[in-house]
Amino acid sequence: MTTTAPRSLTSRRPIYSGTRVPSPTPTVLVTTPEMQATGDVLTINFGPNHPSTHGVLRLIVDLYGEDVTGVEAVIGYLHTGFEKNMEHKTWWKCITYPERIDYVSFQNNEYVFVGAVEKLLELDVPPKATWMRTLLCELNRIHSHLVWIGTSALELGAISMFWYAFREREQILDLFELVAGYRMHTRYFQVGGLAEDIPRGFYPEARKFCEWMPRAVDDYETLLSRNKIWLERTEGIGLLSAEDAIALGQSGPVLRGSGVDWDLRKSEPYLAYGSVDFRVPVYQAGDVYARYRVHMDEMRESVRIVEQCLDRLEEMDGEPWIADDRKVVLPPRHELHTSMESLIHHFKIVTEGFRVPEGEVYFAIESPRGELGCYICSDGGPKPWRVKFRAPSFVALQATATLMKDALIADMIAIVGSLDTVMGEVDR
Amino acid sequence: MSDWHDVPGLKEERSQVGETTLVVDAADLIDAATYLRDDAGFNFLSDITAVDYLGWGDEGVSGYLGTASGRDLNAPMTQGYQAVPHAKPKRFAMNYHLLSISERAHRIRLQVWLDEGEPVASVIPVWPTADFHEREAFDLMGIAVADHPNLKRILLDDDWEGHPLRKDYPLGGEPVRFSGEE
Repeated sequence: MTTTAPRSLTSRRPIYSGTRVPSPTPTVLVTTPEMQATGDVLTINFGPNHPSTHGVLRLIVDLYGEDVTGVEAVIGYLHTGFEKNMEHKTWWKCITYPERIDYVSFQNNEYVFVGAVEKLLELDVPPKATWMRTLLCELNRIHSHLVWIGTSALELGAISMFWYAFREREQILDLFELVAGYRMHTRYFQVGGLAEDIPRGFYPEARKFCEWMPRAVDDYETLLSRNKIWLERTEGIGLLSAEDAIALGQSGPVLRGSGVDWDLRKSEPYLAYGSVDFRVPVYQAGDVYARYRVHMDEMRESVRIVEQCLDRLEEMDGEPWIADDRKVVLPPRHELHTSMESLIHHFKIVTEGFRVPEGEVYFAIESPRGELGCYICSDGGPKPWRVKFRAPSFVALQATATLMKDALIADMIAIVGSLDTVMGEVDR
Repeated sequence: MSDWHDVPGLKEERSQVGETTLVVDAADLIDAATYLRDDAGFNFLSDITAVDYLGWGDEGVSGYLGTASGRDLNAPMTQGYQAVPHAKPKRFAMNYHLLSISERAHRIRLQVWLDEGEPVASVIPVWPTADFHEREAFDLMGIAVADHPNLKRILLDDDWEGHPLRKDYPLGGEPVRFSGEE
């Protein structure tokens, strides 16, 4: 394997030398013949229904005592054919699908699809919509990380973390409800901007949350960061070097926990990320603890981004929240009573859908789990010809075999948890 | 980086909304991939997407209202006013979305065209992350990936028949178990 990252982006001291990616199949750790010859290797099914697999993940594990000697991930238990279904829906009806693919970071998923369509349409989005999208994507990142820390800590025995994390998650869901009327799967992003104007009262509530949240993160860190049990369960467990992480296509917190300074919000800024000030946390250890620290720091940074978005949005009262392109965007409701032209546009978009120019596009964003990509292909008609999501969780699972080297069965829980996979996104 | 003449097997280079697509011969895929990784710095494979273009540009496909069973070829809407999309060379396209993790992000799409049943080389030796992506392309689109060390279905059952993302696989075409109609 000669895949390497540029020196400046990676750690100075390698996490381990050489590569640990199994060969020839990079995603299957095979028990060695010598180990098999002992006759003491036991093959067990771990899942698909197991409380600590974050959904319906099945791992076929070879055990020698408590040592994991072989592992293979089996997925597909939640496959629902989203991509096939989307080929049969008009572009604007498709928007409800991506958020159900990853039901924990729904707004990021919604945005990646809407953003891809806008890229192919070459449609300009008003600044108010851009800033609001940035704000919601960051709130959603905090939401996703809270679910992650709550469930992952729960799996390792820190039950109270779950209650604390879900307390703050509740506040975020309340904010989403205030904006869109729904707590999850908000479908608030429309091609061209936002579905509705930002409701009155949202800014003060969001400010309250921004004041509260950093203190909550302090609480979590007090509970975990120097907790002896937590450190023993996470430090030095599930090692992944920067080179192996890149070779295995890892992204997001897993990549940054392995010492690679890489965040699409910085390296190819989309939305308003080019105009906000934030730091990308990078940790060098490449273990479960490093990934935990990345998640924690990112929550603090996300709060800072939300505050900067609020500063801008509060000055944008009365500005448009959606593009004024009648071939793509629904006309304002009140015009339907007076304008024949608007009525026709409304009817055409609702029944037939808008058309997207022929072509193909790949649009990637930094979702809470890493690089979330959306490939769309249009034949010029009102429905997608092909939609494909590059799901970061799907790719993250490919690292299980590499991370499981010298692991005990109890470490496996910590390792799989640290990859932050959402099975809805893995199986699509 | 705008000069791609050195890419082995390069057949076509095109650009749309700021994205560059390099079309190479399927036979030269590994050479092209290795060149792009080692000499052009694309050390990260983001994604592999297989696309089925069966029926692409046929009269009556584009711009028709769908029905419960999918695109309805017998219910015309505005087809007569709409441009037919450009023809494609073969039925299947494999798109390799590459990313360069370096000081500046840089992306490129590597594309190969395949007929039904035509094998394509596995790029696992170049980017190990291709494993699951190629298995998915095989599972859902029926792409024959040659030399893949572990080519089996990934999202569907091992005994599933057909490849659901193909255009000739109907929506709602799967048998429903325990429905009384078995």
